[in-house]
Amino acid sequence: MRPTIEFLGKNLIQQIVSEAYLILCTLGIEIHNKNVLEMFSDHGAKVDIDKSRVIFKEDIIQKALKSAPKSFKLYDVNGNETNDFSGYNVHFTPGSTSINVLDYKTKQIRKPVTDDYINYVKVVSQLEHIASQSTALIPADVHENISDSYRLFLSLLYCEKPVVTGTFTIDSFEIMKDFQLAVRGSEKALREKPLTVFSCCPTSPLKWSDVTSQNVVDCARYSIPVEFISMPLAGFMAPVTLVGTLIQHTAETLSGIVISQLTNPGTPMLYGGSPAIFDVRFETTPMGAIETMMIDCAYNEIGKYLGIPTQAYIALSDAKQLNAQAGLESGIGATLAALAGINNISGPGMLDFESCFSTEKLVVDNEICKQVLRLVKGIEPKEDFPALPIFEELLKEKHLLISEHTRKYLREEHSFPGPVINRANRARWKEMGEFTLEERAHMEVEELVNSYKPSTLAEDTKREIINLMEREGKKYGQTSLPDRY
Amino acid sequence: MKILKQVAEYLEKGDRERVYELTGQALEQNVSARQILDDGLIAGMKVVGDRFRKHEIFLPEVLMAARAMNAGMDLIKPLFIKEGVTAIGKIVIGTVYGDLHDLGKNLAGVMLKGAGFDVIDLGNNVPAQKFVETAEKENATVIGMSALLTTTMMEMKNVTNLLKDKGLDKSIKTIIGGAPVSEEYAKSIGADAYAYDAASGVELVKQLV
Repeated sequence: MRPTIEFLGKNLIQQIVSEAYLILCTLGIEIHNKNVLEMFSDHGAKVDIDKSRVIFKEDIIQKALKSAPKSFKLYDVNGNETNDFSGYNVHFTPGSTSINVLDYKTKQIRKPVTDDYINYVKVVSQLEHIASQSTALIPADVHENISDSYRLFLSLLYCEKPVVTGTFTIDSFEIMKDFQLAVRGSEKALREKPLTVFSCCPTSPLKWSDVTSQNVVDCARYSIPVEFISMPLAGFMAPVTLVGTLIQHTAETLSGIVISQLTNPGTPMLYGGSPAIFDVRFETTPMGAIETMMIDCAYNEIGKYLGIPTQAYIALSDAKQLNAQAGLESGIGATLAALAGINNISGPGMLDFESCFSTEKLVVDNEICKQVLRLVKGIEPKEDFPALPIFEELLKEKHLLISEHTRKYLREEHSFPGPVINRANRARWKEMGEFTLEERAHMEVEELVNSYKPSTLAEDTKREIINLMEREGKKYGQTSLPDRY
Repeated sequence: MKILKQVAEYLEKGDRERVYELTGQALEQNVSARQILDDGLIAGMKVVGDRFRKHEIFLPEVLMAARAMNAGMDLIKPLFIKEGVTAIGKIVIGTVYGDLHDLGKNLAGVMLKGAGFDVIDLGNNVPAQKFVETAEKENATVIGMSALLTTTMMEMKNVTNLLKDKGLDKSIKTIIGGAPVSEEYAKSIGADAYAYDAASGVELVKQLV
């Protein structure tokens, strides 16, 4: 049986959804994008252009939910399936878009550069339990207007896994879409085999900016999957109660669903988010708070109820270093997310309120992912009935180490962590060098960087995306791109 | 030699039947017991040991290989005296007096046998006297002791003391293992080695014989 966890139950979900509908159809949503407002107007919604406000109609929402795909898949650069967002399937992806990296040597944060990004991609490409990559860092050594597309460029060049990404401007969408067309070969091929998921964020409370609402529209035009990242802050920009925050999250996410499905019915979407409670002592948004995780798991239940695959920024930490807090917050988050069946779990590698990435943490989190993926496989009998024969064998042989039953099921029943997790006894651990978790994680990062094998994406395609990136850079006065190793 | 390479390969796979058959065939081809032991069985176990240390294979595979090794040994052992081959070594093992926990000791026994040692297992609750007497009588050069309790580990000292009293501590070496003991404890009681697990114990015993 696959273990699951639930927080809401059908009645409460229905009440929350019903209140969200009321908000959308009574108070409406602010959308600062003329084209989107016009689209709503064309579909019979009440639109106040001057106030940038749309008052939804129930039938528009219902129609959008009807055309929303119940599942979809992602494929790597070579067209192989990697992610199946359906049912209770769970996949991990690194946290995304950090402005800092935690430097292993200095233990200080600094702005990421191209080499950091390449190192990260080389590592993530080999992490077995992290199904996709994300554009996890913002390299600071390129012009800021290309810092979003440049991340996707490096990701597609160095790693075969699909990419969770997003744009910072309306203009960047064009090249980020063109990279994907270069990889897939045609619009049709891209529609058939999605390569990326774009994060699109409403602004709490109940708003869409020009850029983000346009991103939703642009992605829909090419059937590029989006994940809606609604971020209500309980007690600050949202009601303090978890249910109140869920109502707001539902309204904001439903508004995104409608924008996407009005543009192009059938566009794949993830019912996602990055809500948090607001810590009124430190004025921070703790992603590692248990209540934040409860909100995540709960809105995932609402997404499932509405028939849309889900996503959450969970399995990350607010710690400043790779320490016990990092482990416990990421571990609890990953466990709850997987039990809840959040289809795309974003977070591994991330620290400090989603602002700081650590590749060392990423390899530790990969071990968390491994154990959690084992957890949700649950407990199933495997030739355990009748039980007498194996116990007769045990009493006769005195151990079952070489029993056929052991050899057949050992690797299925038990998971074996990599070198980051130390399970040796103390004497052996001492003999191995008495390395701390942080040291072992760093050694693993170095090992993976050294064992990296280049992406098998066709050389012509690589050349094509390099040309596209160089051209884009020149548009903003970046005459050459940073050296790549 | 092709046949010995095959012995090693099937031993690595833990295929007891094939190792037995191939060892027999090698003998028919007049390959010496020494050569079968060194270039077939022990060569195969070396690969298994290396792969185990790298975590490419786990304990069950090692023990399967050990069992295959024993199958081959059964055939060549009778020829050792004729050929003047000495076994890799003889060891007496047991859980010390007052202690009934023999899981770790059993594992060490299986792995020592797999490595080609002649193992005399005295079981559990073994008095010091019995360890020493058996080692003397059987011409064993190593005594391996195990304990799980802090109260029973003191028994190990009785064995090392007895060996010293009898002037046997140079000819019969001691190795200890078990949850409460340590390198420091081994030194403090005059034991020659401490093993933190069965696999490392085998390597240490090889150095002691």
